[in-house]
Amino acid sequence: MKLNRRRFLGTATLATAALSAPAVLGQTRPRVVVIGGGSGGGTVARYIAKDSNGAVDVTLIEPTRRYYTCYFSNLYLGGFWDYDALGHGYGTIARTGVNVIHDWAVGVDRDVKTVALASGDSVSYDRLVVAPGIDFVEGSVPGWNVSQQSLMPHAYKSGTQVQLLKHQIETMREGGLFVMVAPPNPYRCPPGPGERVSMVAHMLTQSNPTAKILIVDPKENYSKQALFEEGWERHYPGMVTRIGPDMGGDDFEVRPESMEVVIDGEVEQADVCNVIPAQKAGRIAELAGLTNDSGWAPVMPADMRSRVDENVFVLGDASAQGDMPKSGFSANSQAKVVANVIRGELTGSRIFPARYSNTCWSLIATDDGVKVGANYEPTDEKIASVSSFISQTGEDADLRRQTYEESIGWYNGIVADIFG
Amino acid sequence: MKPRLVLTFCLGLALIPMEALSQASPIGDATTGAEVYRRECASCHQIGEGAVHRIGPHLNRIFDRGAGSHSDFRYSDALLRQGRDGLKWDLRRLDAYIENPRALVSGTRMSYRGLKDAQRRADLIAYLRVYSDQPQNIPEASPTAVIREVDLPESVLAIEGDVEYGEFLSSECTTCHQRTGSDAGIPGIVGWPEEDFVVAMHAYKQKLRPHAVMQSVAARLDDEEIAALAAYFHALARE
Ligand SMILES: Cc1cc2nc3c(=O)[nH]c(=O)nc-3n(C[C@H](O)[C@H](O)[C@H](O)COP(=O)(O)OP(=O)(O)OC[C@H]3O[C@@H](n4cnc5c(N)ncnc54)[C@H](O)[C@@H]3O)c2cc1C
Repeated sequence: MKLNRRRFLGTATLATAALSAPAVLGQTRPRVVVIGGGSGGGTVARYIAKDSNGAVDVTLIEPTRRYYTCYFSNLYLGGFWDYDALGHGYGTIARTGVNVIHDWAVGVDRDVKTVALASGDSVSYDRLVVAPGIDFVEGSVPGWNVSQQSLMPHAYKSGTQVQLLKHQIETMREGGLFVMVAPPNPYRCPPGPGERVSMVAHMLTQSNPTAKILIVDPKENYSKQALFEEGWERHYPGMVTRIGPDMGGDDFEVRPESMEVVIDGEVEQADVCNVIPAQKAGRIAELAGLTNDSGWAPVMPADMRSRVDENVFVLGDASAQGDMPKSGFSANSQAKVVANVIRGELTGSRIFPARYSNTCWSLIATDDGVKVGANYEPTDEKIASVSSFISQTGEDADLRRQTYEESIGWYNGIVADIFG
Repeated sequence: MKPRLVLTFCLGLALIPMEALSQASPIGDATTGAEVYRRECASCHQIGEGAVHRIGPHLNRIFDRGAGSHSDFRYSDALLRQGRDGLKWDLRRLDAYIENPRALVSGTRMSYRGLKDAQRRADLIAYLRVYSDQPQNIPEASPTAVIREVDLPESVLAIEGDVEYGEFLSSECTTCHQRTGSDAGIPGIVGWPEEDFVVAMHAYKQKLRPHAVMQSVAARLDDEEIAALAAYFHALARE
């Protein structure tokens, strides 16, 4: 029996090699392929493999060998976290039984249910999970494109960009100007830009206290605004200025070569410029035909199933699901719902109603942490928020320190949940 | 080997229907709400892109806004005072204000008789919600849906209420809630479907429904007692 099976596999591989589609390989066990090994994809792959005890064949496709979290990358900027401590490998996920392939997915054929890889190989699936995070909308910041990311870094995807940004801030001239071009809604991590400004201010206050920070923001308001503004006033008085749409913050252009930022017709000379462009689902979601005009991939609220293909799930930042913010916490929460549903469909295990939640912590200054969170429930139309909470302005220092410590606990918890 | 076995037997399992998993319900229907808005509000208020103050202030981003907080609109002193005291337009306050403006802010300049129909209010609020902060962008924004009040185990709902005991217990209720079922001032509770009654009382007990008095009444009722009251008030309607 064993021998036969091995021989069967051998011939199958050979027979299909010419077509570079080893589709029959998966016939014995149902196959799940996950595109993207970030917060969402890493979680879903690990949970399906772990909970199905090998009954499901799980393949994770992720180009990088180490995942650097965006969460806490602002704390790295501020000097509160090591760069190395942001990185996490795929060893444990692989040991859980996930077949980790370090490659790019370059196409999805949803009719024959295969994913094409950059190497030329292809893998077939019974259920596909697409979790590629974000890409930037070309042309959304006039004057900027991705090829200029070394002059004006975005530092809004995981990896080395944030090291570059930190280096630029560290070597900025005395009394220089740091400009942040903030993104329009929706974008990943709603309080992310505010937290970044806080951390840059913290850094500058120590090393370059006469430097200034200018935020150019096309949005009228943003997450945790009252908390950030209170904190900036208290910790970094006079350092931060924000230009909202009422002052021309929605009418700007950047000139990376000359480091100029033109706001409402007026030229500002920047020393460091952090451009965070408008965002959309990671490109593979679009290539797979899962996105709509918004640039995001609409999903069913009950289980993150693509609205265009019942064998495909989209989760994390790439999905358009409703009220959940695009965060690592949300992606992780959604992934557990998807893992439960996929395993149930493929093995007959029990499927439970979705439970979604999110909390985002932000650090404003040393020991000054704040948080915002909510519970979510699926309705017919979307994942809807049903309750929320947020740190209050004027909280005492003890509570803020506890909140910060809680955030470290969260970071260690979520990366252990995914990668540890 | 075991996992494979499971597989053989269960692979054919069908997808479970979406509806079965849905739990929360939207605040109301925004499309219907647009119609309510046109009839009830549009003669005084603007909403949407480019909306400006008219007889009343524009209603963009009304959710979570402090009462009387547009610096460029002239409010009544009453509304300004309430705003200073912390009145915010969350779901509950908006609902109360639209139902009867003067009951919430006596002295408001908004001369509107109020909208009694709870469903139409819910739809209207869902419509207003569309022009306020979207929680995916501002996670601290107001909810967009309401959760089913309490999830009670089947066993609690199945308790057969003891009507006689309920009659005894009801004396605490009838100090305020009239046995005739009249709802003048205080809601009538006679003739309610038993399940609704049970759910409502557990919602107070779990402090999911706001109202200090009802919360404290419910706090000391156990499952049997709530079922007994439900059975009693239900039966009372048939008398
Ligand atoms: C500065 C900053 C601070 C943040 N802070 C927080 C925070 O405090 N808390 C929080 O919860 N969230 C935070 N976030 C948001 C969080 O990082 C994202 O929301 C989260 O990572 C989304 O998870 P995801 O799985 O959708 O995408 P990602 O985690 O981005 O993972 C996507 C993965 O897909 C891979 N991929 C892309 N395309 C392909 C392809 N074609 N083939 C194969 N693989 C592909 C990528 O390499 C990547 O590893 C922050 C983000 C930023 C930028």
